[in-house]
Amino acid sequence: MGHLNSNPVLDAAEDKTMILNMGPQHPSTHGVLRLLLEIDGETIVRMMPDIGFLHTGIEKTCEAKFYQQIVPLTDRIDYLCPMVNNLCYVMAVEKLLGLEIPPRAQWMRVLLAELQRISSHLVWLGTHAMDIGAMSVFLYCFREREDLLRIYEMVSGQRMMTSYFRIGGLALDPPLGFFEKVKKFLDRFPEKIDEYENLLTGNRIFIDRLKDVAKISSEDALAIGLTGPSLRASGVDFDIRRDMPYCGYENFKFKVPVRQDGDVWARYVCRVEELRQSREIAKQALEGMPSGPTKADAPKIVLPDREKMKTQMEALIYHFKIVTEGFAVPAGEVYHAIESPRGEMGYYIVSDGTAKPLRVHMRSPSYANLQALPQMCEGRLIADVVAAIGSIDIVLGEIDR
Amino acid sequence: MPLAPAITDIEQLKDNPILADLLAWRADAVEGARFDRDELTIFVAREAIREACSRLKAQGLIDFMADLTCADFYPREPRFELAYHLLSMKRKERVRLKVRLSGDEPSLESIISVWPSVNFFERELFDLFGIRFLGHPYLRRIMMPEDWEGHPLRKDYPVEGYR
Repeated sequence: MGHLNSNPVLDAAEDKTMILNMGPQHPSTHGVLRLLLEIDGETIVRMMPDIGFLHTGIEKTCEAKFYQQIVPLTDRIDYLCPMVNNLCYVMAVEKLLGLEIPPRAQWMRVLLAELQRISSHLVWLGTHAMDIGAMSVFLYCFREREDLLRIYEMVSGQRMMTSYFRIGGLALDPPLGFFEKVKKFLDRFPEKIDEYENLLTGNRIFIDRLKDVAKISSEDALAIGLTGPSLRASGVDFDIRRDMPYCGYENFKFKVPVRQDGDVWARYVCRVEELRQSREIAKQALEGMPSGPTKADAPKIVLPDREKMKTQMEALIYHFKIVTEGFAVPAGEVYHAIESPRGEMGYYIVSDGTAKPLRVHMRSPSYANLQALPQMCEGRLIADVVAAIGSIDIVLGEIDR
Repeated sequence: MPLAPAITDIEQLKDNPILADLLAWRADAVEGARFDRDELTIFVAREAIREACSRLKAQGLIDFMADLTCADFYPREPRFELAYHLLSMKRKERVRLKVRLSGDEPSLESIISVWPSVNFFERELFDLFGIRFLGHPYLRRIMMPEDWEGHPLRKDYPVEGYR
């Protein structure tokens, strides 16, 4: 433990602090996060996050796979919003290829990405409230999340690891009845948000646990690399969807919630408001959904339809070629960043001109956001750590990769 | 949408305020530039990276350090290419600074004094690529166990690991 304390105390009478090990199996660390706390009584003097327990070497694995084989790996980075990760990866590869995506595929991507944001925020809200002690909200949130998981299952065949977005478009056209189901969900969702807010926003105990806890100023937040709703709660008005639009987000109207306080409460308010805004975007995407193909016209890159494969010789050949030897991507490098529910999700891909990437790096928002935790918690009580972890909404899968 | 060829001529790219500022500051620190797929890359000399970052920050051209990573071009020399992805939220613009490093005891100055957010990113590169960041206060392995041997993301490290 010597490294935690750079000035070792030699005088025993002066030595008042102790080291407390929180995690990696602690239920409120949201995964396998280990926190080393140096405490003086109940007060945290120093904190150090210890990560790497979930490290599976995804970035190394990517280098041994064809470009299209990496899509399922990206699901596993952030298992609460796999489609957002798919989106970021496939858009980066499409940028490397210079591939144009048909409008229907783009709008479907926006629609599903926003539904993923909602389901991810629902998990956050449920677990965050449960950490604070409000048990029932968790059940309410997971009820709506279940509806969303059924929607993902309907469209992709999977509840969680969807791999629905592919390089050049979507895996399949959405099935019959899909849009009605989404519409039904979006119509009744606002009253559900009111329900959560009735349970939490006016709740005395909840407010007392959240207000003025784990504050961080906008300068500190920028310096430490905070992004997403956590950064906007500190008063920095920046949302990649609005300020550097991708995937056709410039066609949608939505507000970006910003708060100035920078405490856990502000982060809570921002995310709850984002639930409403995401629902707005999803509704606009649903209403304006263009018709047309969902795959780019690039037979050497996009797998052909099953029907075509059975009737056309070329389609069969292309299918065989793509599956067995992949497709070559022109040499170069791109960094593509999108707004994930947690902040800036960026993929940096280097291609050497072959069918396998030379390097795939994922800039995951949780990884940088976690660095802000010690700054938020030092000088505060142990009980506030739980509130602070919940408020930055980390996913250990994308921290350790 | 066919790909436009990359522009590598510094003269043509001088209009970019970041490149122009770096050239005005120390022309010898800029080793080259490339504009490819709507992204600007500036190659910076290894010795100048920390000063270049603090210059861009002080001039208000960059206000956020988004990402730091590395690619291994083994067996080519210089082997490593570090990529600093910087973002200006004010001007809504991204730029990539790159530093080339040789494979023989790769090391360079840490920029943690300019942007504390690179802390984990530099530790990750130390862990997985074996690059030393001079001046980093706590350069230890972050992903792999403390007693691990080798640096897994290097190209000469097998995907399945050593058996």
